[in-house]
Amino acid sequence: MRNKHNVHLLLWLAPLAFLAVFYFYPLGSILSLSLSRSEAGILAPFVEAVASDSVRRVIDFTIWQALLSTLLTLLLGLPGAYLLARYDFRGKGLLRALTGVPFVMPTLVVAAGFSALLGSHGWINVALMRLFDLPNPPIQFLNTLAAILVAHVFYNTTIVLRMVGDFWSHLDPRLGKAAQTLGANRWQVLHKVTLPLLSPAIYAAALLVFIFDFTSFGVILVLGGPHFATLEVEIYYQTISLFDLPLAAALSALQLSCTLGMTILYARLSGKISLPLKLQSRKHTQGRLITWRQRLFALGMVALLLIILTTPLLALAGRSLTTLGGIDSPEGSIAPGLTLAFYRELGINRQESLFYVTPLSAIGVSLTYASATVILALILGLPAAWALSTDRKSPLNRILDPLLMLPLGTSAVTLGLGFIIALAHPPLDLRASPLLIPIAHTLVAFPFVVRSLTPAMQSIQPRLRHAATVLGASPRQVIRHVDLPIVGRALLVAATFAFTISIGEFGATSLLSRPEFPTAPVAIYRLLSRPGAMNYGQALALSTILMAFAAVGMLAIERFRIAEVGEF
Amino acid sequence: MYPKIIFHITFYALLFTALAACTPPTTPEPVEVAPAAPQKLTVMTHDSFAISEDVLASFQQEYNIEVQFLEAGDTGSAVNKAALAKGKPLADVFYGVDNTFLSRALDEGIFEAYQSPLLAEIPDDFELDPQHRALPVDYGDVCLNYEVAYFQERNLAPPKNLEDLLKPEYAGLLVVENPATSSPGLAFLFATIGYFGEAGYLDFWQGLVENDVEVVNDWETAYYTEFSQWGGARPIVVSYGSSPPFEMIFAEQPLDEPPTAAVTGAGSCFRQIEFVGILAGAPNRALAEKWVDYMLSPTFQEDIPLQMYVFPVNPNAELDETFEKYLAIPEKPAFLTPADIAARREQWIKDWTETVLR
Repeated sequence: MRNKHNVHLLLWLAPLAFLAVFYFYPLGSILSLSLSRSEAGILAPFVEAVASDSVRRVIDFTIWQALLSTLLTLLLGLPGAYLLARYDFRGKGLLRALTGVPFVMPTLVVAAGFSALLGSHGWINVALMRLFDLPNPPIQFLNTLAAILVAHVFYNTTIVLRMVGDFWSHLDPRLGKAAQTLGANRWQVLHKVTLPLLSPAIYAAALLVFIFDFTSFGVILVLGGPHFATLEVEIYYQTISLFDLPLAAALSALQLSCTLGMTILYARLSGKISLPLKLQSRKHTQGRLITWRQRLFALGMVALLLIILTTPLLALAGRSLTTLGGIDSPEGSIAPGLTLAFYRELGINRQESLFYVTPLSAIGVSLTYASATVILALILGLPAAWALSTDRKSPLNRILDPLLMLPLGTSAVTLGLGFIIALAHPPLDLRASPLLIPIAHTLVAFPFVVRSLTPAMQSIQPRLRHAATVLGASPRQVIRHVDLPIVGRALLVAATFAFTISIGEFGATSLLSRPEFPTAPVAIYRLLSRPGAMNYGQALALSTILMAFAAVGMLAIERFRIAEVGEF
Repeated sequence: MYPKIIFHITFYALLFTALAACTPPTTPEPVEVAPAAPQKLTVMTHDSFAISEDVLASFQQEYNIEVQFLEAGDTGSAVNKAALAKGKPLADVFYGVDNTFLSRALDEGIFEAYQSPLLAEIPDDFELDPQHRALPVDYGDVCLNYEVAYFQERNLAPPKNLEDLLKPEYAGLLVVENPATSSPGLAFLFATIGYFGEAGYLDFWQGLVENDVEVVNDWETAYYTEFSQWGGARPIVVSYGSSPPFEMIFAEQPLDEPPTAAVTGAGSCFRQIEFVGILAGAPNRALAEKWVDYMLSPTFQEDIPLQMYVFPVNPNAELDETFEKYLAIPEKPAFLTPADIAARREQWIKDWTETVLR
């Protein structure tokens, strides 16, 4: 028993050291510095926050929209996960890759995509106005609650598809068939057999989606407009606009405690239900689409996923290839012409600016940071997931498990300032270090890696390992032939998340960036913040290139599953 | 063991010296004297900072200084960082605080005074800090912009000043940015306060609400999503006085006239001035002074418009002719002192929010 604790401690060492230095230390520094600026004592800002009506309204809205968004995301994601888990069909890899692309897109770009599609002079409104001869655009989408919900579903469905879908694909379908043989109907099987078995993955995915929605910033600001504010938006406003650091710190702490509460609740729920399962090879779990009902379901589901997850991106790509002059006057009959001018212009440093980068080098910078993030997040996430999966009930694990999720629920504005005051002087002077960005990205990716790996690792039955050992396998062989085949697939899911999180991340990057080496999202934002057709067109063109690279990157990860490692 | 290591060290040391000797010297001094290693200067900026390669190169060569830039987010984030790092500055120089944040920077004591000799060339209007802790570098006017074609097609006269926006013919035509989240949005709020006074500005905004004004959170959404020039439905937008000439310079096809124009009537624009200063406790004060002087000199000042989309405060800097021709010069831009802004900002934004968003 003692021995086991020591092993846990050893596994936790690297992840904890990382979190201590790069998360708790900067966060603690900024919170204590901020609160010490309060003239009425450190408790006053908390009292102010709790007593204020407007703060309460913000908290209510934050929780409410996050719950609603999470439910909608599950509503689309779970049937999608079922399709991907149980059926094998042509173009499935491409579909999976495409559904992951939204995750890498910066909010400002996604907003541009939605406005190209659904804006007052977007394609759908213009088409409806022409078709029915309407004087005004019939659909008001931007600056509504609907825009916030749709954007959250757009971003986060891939989490459910990947985390639940991959787990589901290894569940033995014979369990359900046995239940049917015993007289259960379709819904009883779903309710009594499938969902309970899937619940570790569903809870994990729902928790991540909820925390993402709960701390939503860009979507609320850009698509929701000035009538909506989440806690994260309020923290930004208090920090940047009013410089009320004590109140901002109190709100940050509030946001953190909500995240912690959610995570503890999750740990309770999932602690009760997770059990070792006999996972099956996908060869046995997946079938072809045979009956017309199956085909109809697949067709409808694929269409739904593509419409919700890819049309805004396609609208964006379409706009980057057409002259913009034609779009701005819907009454006029100037048809937009095709052009590659924006793409050509991206390759020219017309103003001879020092901070100019070619699109390829911006993508290169993004890919370099993303690779570093994948490596770092896996190195830290693997031992943590391992420790968590071997003994959930150990006191150490029960304390540490919820802590892992905290970085995801932390205000980026607050943590960014924390980095500046805590990590800018010797011995840890990272002000201008290129490591700062992958470190910041790893903080966000780390919980994803752990959550993707833990359900798979828990499902490894200790008996298998024991059997292998008894039969003479060395510990290394056990890992190679027992553990790796089972977690290989989850490992790829984890790597994909780390990769996409890093590529799409904008907030931390813009706060910590070296101007000579902008990532692709930062370069896009620079173009977007300037007036003029060529600037806007280039922003759209660079976004489209980023999108293409992300899709290809994810397809590559799909293919990367080496037969024996990814599959078993 | 040891001899081998010593051999390696000597070998690489020799190789390195040989290579270093082979590279052509940067100065035409005698070859035997190796040029001194450049001194390092760190300059912290907001995320809109940009500079031409050759303008930086000429500074680095002239003084043998290597400049490292640190980007610190938008103006507000950058000022906050400088304030939090007070005493242990992150850099030697900080460029990018504007008059809406100036008081925060000065009250927090992040700058050391420096009376640059080049201040003599700069009009006094721009010098808002009499103690010379923050020195003006550039300015930009936040003004209403409108799409020229929209008004021509309808034979409608474009608005000339703020009061015009209340007329029924301009109902539903204006989009503005939220002052709580957007810097031009805040500047436009200040313009209305400067023009109508504290007693009258909320009535004006109430009138705008009744005239169906639209509010969005950021300039990008206002300009590229809602403004009719770029795919929106509203032909009047809060942007910059410089946006029309930039629409010409960055047009898809060469244009004869800018497709947009700025409203410059009395008090309808607000001037944002950006400052540079030496951070208190800067490790390289002497180098920092050279950089500040350089930023105020015509060489750097002439580089400003096409790099950063704002305009030089030094009248000796010559402007591109597109700007000479199309840059709107506001009549009597609205003015508020940085101290007033600092003292009242929160209340103003709260009152505005109550009036316009509730």
